[in-house]
Amino acid sequence: MIKNISNLGDAALYCDFGSEVNKEINSKVIRYFKSIKKENIDGIDNLTPSYNKLIISFDLRKKNFRAIKKIIENLSVVSEDNLESNKIQIPVCCDENFSLDIKRLEEKLRINRDKIYEKFFGKEFFCYMTGFIAGMPFLGDLENELQAKRLETPRVKVPKGSVGLTEQFANIYTFESPGGWNIIGNTPLNIFDSSKEKDPNLINPGDTITFERITKNQYQNYNE
Amino acid sequence: MSKNFFKILRAGINSTFQDEGRKNLYHIGIPFSGAMDNRNYLLSNKLVGNKIENPVLEFAYQGPLLEYSGEKINIAITGDVNFTIKRNKNLLNGICYQAFTLEHGDQLDIISTNKSVYGYLAVGGEFDLKYQWSSCSVNTKANIGANNGEKLKTNQIFNILKINQDFNIKKLNYLNTKIENIRVIKGTNFNYFSEIGRKNFFEKEFSVSKLSDRMGMRLEGPKIENIIDTNIKSEGLIKGVIQVPADGKPIIMLSDHGTIGGYPKIAVVISADYDKLVQLTPGSKIKFKEVELSSAETLFKLYDLETQNLISQIQ
Repeated sequence: MIKNISNLGDAALYCDFGSEVNKEINSKVIRYFKSIKKENIDGIDNLTPSYNKLIISFDLRKKNFRAIKKIIENLSVVSEDNLESNKIQIPVCCDENFSLDIKRLEEKLRINRDKIYEKFFGKEFFCYMTGFIAGMPFLGDLENELQAKRLETPRVKVPKGSVGLTEQFANIYTFESPGGWNIIGNTPLNIFDSSKEKDPNLINPGDTITFERITKNQYQNYNE
Repeated sequence: MSKNFFKILRAGINSTFQDEGRKNLYHIGIPFSGAMDNRNYLLSNKLVGNKIENPVLEFAYQGPLLEYSGEKINIAITGDVNFTIKRNKNLLNGICYQAFTLEHGDQLDIISTNKSVYGYLAVGGEFDLKYQWSSCSVNTKANIGANNGEKLKTNQIFNILKINQDFNIKKLNYLNTKIENIRVIKGTNFNYFSEIGRKNFFEKEFSVSKLSDRMGMRLEGPKIENIIDTNIKSEGLIKGVIQVPADGKPIIMLSDHGTIGGYPKIAVVISADYDKLVQLTPGSKIKFKEVELSSAETLFKLYDLETQNLISQIQ
């Protein structure tokens, strides 16, 4: 049962699972998200799982906060189930045209790029959530040596496919978008495909991700 | 090419097809979108005898100039909008909340919105549009929806698949009113802000910045100082949420907002005030007024009843 539910405005529930960011809390959020989604509760318009919160928005013409809260509180969610998840490999090219912030990271982290890439490509990532822009995955956790802050001045345009690092997370820009993450490479893979209505996201919360380094040549030939 | 169509002679500033929007996609990063001013959207459809949730053309500030070809068709424009209809050499001044019958060769010039942002054009019939996730609402950020998820462009053509055969001139006596007081419920991070910041938020005036669009409305005013942390762990957003980044300037999330965000939430605009909020033009002055959840729910019921009542007045 979710103990800590409050209202976010007049048409959403704010379910608080704690303040830390870790797999355990996030897996709980994802389980609740999947269970509530399966119930198809009349009046619920949207579910937004994140690191440690779940926001449930509803149609105020159909239900109010108290009614939805009661339904959610009475829902039994089996939290011992293992999360269904996929293992996905993402090809990334780190050519200098793509690794826009590698120099900045070398300076901030005080380690050279070979070491940064070695650690990054040797790691298995966990997808905590997707969103902000369509399909963007938030992947963790980077070890301490790779943790850097956002750019002081965000870029107006980060190219589509850019792979970025900030704090303990990596992400992938599924569209050209403004943003402040430290960009270390680019993937030729389409991470969000709006023509697939059923499953447009390549990466979903709970999935396991590894990155595979590819050459510029492989990058250019990838979609041919 | 179908025989009934509109040609876009001038696209306007931000003209997009919109309907009710799309649900249940926040978790993959896709916002609701949909018509910004829901009441005016529904009324435009009713005035031309459509189902009220049909797609319409939404425009902001300067609207499109359209040339119509084909059999006669009814159109209606809602909002506070200046428009003309040119037939041969005659120029007719348009009236909002009233249907007009267009004939082959007529030009509909949506000149501008008056002291408001959005207006709606409904046509009595059916546009030939692509639906994605049961909505044709255009989301230009993810290129989703009708028209490849893009704004209208000059020289494009839009086909009409079916024309309603009821050519009665439906009318409604309705005047859009402006609000200066935006009613809000305290946000989940209200305590992140300094005492003076919280006081200023409810007592001082803010003005709408030029940097406002379908994604969000930025405000200028006294700095709302954050005393706990300038960021929170990113979490879900809904429309109407007021986030305050480190610079102390509030941003209100609107229909095309990013689905998650990491700035503290000081307050949330109540659902009853959303239609009026989105119509505030840059430079408009606003003040926030706190209400309790139960009052917000009652105010929404009243707003919804009034909308239903207006819809039923159109026969």
